[in-house]
Amino acid sequence: MGRKGIETLVGLFVLLGLLAIVFLALKAANLATFRVGGTYAITAKFDNIGGLKVRAPVKSAGVTIGRVAAISLDTVSYQGTVTMELEQGVAFPTDTSAKILTSGLLGDQYIGLVPGGSEQNLKPGDQIKMTQSAVVLENLISQFLYNKAAEPGGEQK
Amino acid sequence: MKNDNLVQIDRVTFGYDQRVILSDITMTFPRGKVIAIMGGSGCGKTTLLRLIGGTLTPQRGVVSFDGSPVNPRDRESLYALRRRVGMLFQFGALFTDLTVFDNVAFPLREHTTLPEPMIRDLVLMKLNAVGLRGAAQLKPADLSGGMARRVALARAIALDPELIMYDEPFAGLDPISLGVAANLIRRLNDATGATSLVVSHDVRECFLISDYVYVISSGRIVGHGTPAEVQASDDPEVRQFIDGEPDGPVKFHYPAGEYGADLGLRS
Amino acid sequence: MWALGLLRGLGHSAFFLVDLLRSLPWALRRLFLTIAQIHSIGNYSLVIIAASGLAVGFVLALQGYYTLSRYGAAESLGLLVALSLVRELGPVVTGLLFAGRAGTSLTAEIGLMKAGEQLAAMEMMAVDPKERVLAPRFLAGIIAMPLLAALFSAVGILGGYVVGVLMIGIDPGAFWSQMQNGVDVWDDVGNGIVKSVVFGIACTFVALYQGYEAQATPEGVAQATTRTVVISSLAVLGLDFVLTALMFSAPR
Repeated sequence: MGRKGIETLVGLFVLLGLLAIVFLALKAANLATFRVGGTYAITAKFDNIGGLKVRAPVKSAGVTIGRVAAISLDTVSYQGTVTMELEQGVAFPTDTSAKILTSGLLGDQYIGLVPGGSEQNLKPGDQIKMTQSAVVLENLISQFLYNKAAEPGGEQK
Repeated sequence: MKNDNLVQIDRVTFGYDQRVILSDITMTFPRGKVIAIMGGSGCGKTTLLRLIGGTLTPQRGVVSFDGSPVNPRDRESLYALRRRVGMLFQFGALFTDLTVFDNVAFPLREHTTLPEPMIRDLVLMKLNAVGLRGAAQLKPADLSGGMARRVALARAIALDPELIMYDEPFAGLDPISLGVAANLIRRLNDATGATSLVVSHDVRECFLISDYVYVISSGRIVGHGTPAEVQASDDPEVRQFIDGEPDGPVKFHYPAGEYGADLGLRS
Repeated sequence: MWALGLLRGLGHSAFFLVDLLRSLPWALRRLFLTIAQIHSIGNYSLVIIAASGLAVGFVLALQGYYTLSRYGAAESLGLLVALSLVRELGPVVTGLLFAGRAGTSLTAEIGLMKAGEQLAAMEMMAVDPKERVLAPRFLAGIIAMPLLAALFSAVGILGGYVVGVLMIGIDPGAFWSQMQNGVDVWDDVGNGIVKSVVFGIACTFVALYQGYEAQATPEGVAQATTRTVVISSLAVLGLDFVLTALMFSAPR
């Protein structure tokens, strides 16, 4: 087999391999959801961020419009500060509220934004004032038990 | 200021662990001559070639090429030395994945920046010198043993080396190939002015083409001189080797116990 | 004393690896040699890699479906197939197949070249066989492995699609969307590629070393090829454990 023949076949092989990698990246993974375009940062403070992780999605009406960029503890107010990157071109009113929700019953947690009615929009670097913390299962259970015990005709002590 | 001797071996001792292969050997190889190194199997002939080529380092003594010592640790100078030396391995050692042409062209392509047309001409000239110009496109697998060795010879002389070393060039060849090989060695040596070292145990051919002969046995030189001088030697080891006596200083029997005892006979 | 010999062998092979890495730039210089080696290592492995990938994809889908449907999670089949392949099966199975197919052929080739004194002849012609013979093969192995592993995973996912969607009847939309939501490019696909590069280095190194150090007899070459397969396979499995622990156990 001539030199040119070998080089062509190897080129074909490398091409196939790269195509496979691209296929895996696009069709099989979430590369396609990376937006080409700018993002702007918004912060929010939560009493309890629960199981929220960096790179979790930020959704509004169920549509992903951003990602969690960073999570840190505010040492003054002892609240969790979450920094989100939202897509450029998707603006939210200044009285938007942020909740930490769970996808499915036991799935990963994400931030849901519910827009308010203000006529002014959040600018890059602004903070969302109204937040609702994550539901922590232990608190829920103890609250349920507490309620049950407080009912008339509850458990005899 | 050219040294008369291309290669000089000064009181060289070499061995592996307990086994001593060469002890206190001194040899000189003058330029332009064909020198034969002869001896029985395992006497250290091939080791000598490896010492000269820098593959092995002597425990004691100095091996010099063109006045400067051969230092295997210095890769630069070692490779520079090897570019002036051509070696013919016992079975050719051709590169089996390349054609005959590419095999001979290999040293030219690796060590020179000559353009391809020039390399082509040189390769064909070398192949012509060994009589195999028509076999240029064959692969080593298609060649007979004798032909393979001739191609290897063409490859060894591709860079017109000053020293050509032959490791058992006559082993296993039919009478015609033997004649061809001996003829080539002598003619090439005279035509190019190179120095040839022939390691062999083929007495007849070596005596025909050599200017000087060394006979080695058990790591020592037991005889040296022109072929005529060695032929007339009365050293028993030399005589046994040249005459092909089955028994002599080199014993026929491998060391063993009493024959009778082995057979269970009571003496 | 047997342990001493083992240690010495380990040290010897470490020096060999360093020499190999140092002669890599030469492989780039003699580009055509490397390309020819990619051809013999990569192209000739395509059939077995593609066939194995397809088979593994089929089986993953079948087995996965039976397990997932018990928990009513059959729609996550695409995710299961993709993650299993991209993170583990792609790099590891390709590594094992590579060790068997390309590794043994490299070892045998180098061993026979050594037996035929070709390497010694090259040395005597002032050409370093490590640069001209070994380095191109080393580079070719490192390049070919991740490509083969990606092909294995891609073909496997397609195989899973064929069985899951076309044969079993899972909704294609769910198949792909669950997969796309759950498989991360950098953490999953990227780490899988890193794994296959590491396996490529290990398997090619072992194959070349065994060939270079083989005894120049038929038995010697046979033993060397056996050692190549055994050591490469163990290395792939061992490295897989270490890499998986490093990459995937830390919570994101």
